[in-house]
Amino acid sequence: MTLGFITWLLVFQLLGEVISKGLDLPLPGPVVGMALLFLGLVFRGELPDGLKDTAGGLLKHLSLLFVPAGVGVMMHLHLLKDEWQPISAALVVSTVLTIAVSALVMVGLSKLFGSDPKGGDMTDG
Amino acid sequence: MDDGLYQIWVYLSTTPLLGLTVTLVAYQTGMWIYTRAGLHPLLNPVLIAVVLLVGLLMVTGTEYRTYFDGAQFVHFMLGPATVALAVPLYQQFQKVRRSFALILVAVLSGSATAALSAIGVAWALGASRETLLSLAPKSVTAPIAMGIAEATGGVPSLTAVLVILTGILGAVLGTWTLNALRIKDWRARGLAMGTASHGIGTARALQVNEVAGAFASLAMGLNGLATAILLPLILGLIF
Repeated sequence: MTLGFITWLLVFQLLGEVISKGLDLPLPGPVVGMALLFLGLVFRGELPDGLKDTAGGLLKHLSLLFVPAGVGVMMHLHLLKDEWQPISAALVVSTVLTIAVSALVMVGLSKLFGSDPKGGDMTDG
Repeated sequence: MDDGLYQIWVYLSTTPLLGLTVTLVAYQTGMWIYTRAGLHPLLNPVLIAVVLLVGLLMVTGTEYRTYFDGAQFVHFMLGPATVALAVPLYQQFQKVRRSFALILVAVLSGSATAALSAIGVAWALGASRETLLSLAPKSVTAPIAMGIAEATGGVPSLTAVLVILTGILGAVLGTWTLNALRIKDWRARGLAMGTASHGIGTARALQVNEVAGAFASLAMGLNGLATAILLPLILGLIF
């Protein structure tokens, strides 16, 4: 993980925060930063090795990073306790429905536009 | 507790060191159990860590604020990590450039289904506004979902827990749902897992098939972006 690329990530986050707050967008600053970095990479047409390693190192333990915020649920345990029925029903129905809809749309579109169902052009490279 | 020990406790509970250390220890414990159990989705390491920490804070009568003073050093890295999600997104994008439009439409339909069906079901069963807003981004990867919840008036920490539960549900129910629908295309199967249940679904897809894993990873990144942009508009229409 190099300091230079950590700095770039922070610069993109900062840019994202400034744009998000400045234009009063309902988007989180880091997400705007992510979109900017993605566009930057598409225009550049190449991924620097150092950035790949730095991002990989940071994302390897991504799930650790949301533990502190997750613990904050202890302040809202009453919501989970009082509303566990609508919450669990919503989670189960919505998860199954989302899997079904996105898979069916993908299969349907592939058939419509004649793209090879086994992967073909979409998996090489 | 004898007086000497109590003095040490009083001192430690006011420094950031303790909150930071227990966070790492709890996470490592979660990872250890998860690995020992052969990466079973029900034993999600984050969920284990959160349960352990909430239990510890409650038993010791520690306030969340006090804990967070230490844990915020871990929390801070969420921002740069979210920006770093652009890297895997770009890597997957390179591989599927020619079919990108199809993928985008499929992910967008999944994104809208996830938010609308969660809000609809919870609303019909009488959930509060706070819960509805926290539920809406639950299919998105946690760092982005928490940011969305914060921007749209939800409770970010509740969203974090709902995101993890959604991931676990997707990993457990995904194969069954896709088999019931007779979906054999690995691209569609992966895309569905990544769209509906982010990183946890992606990890599950990767265990099964490499193509599915790649599509899950791409779908997870795209759904994060799509939901961040679309959800405020959808919520604006509903509420």
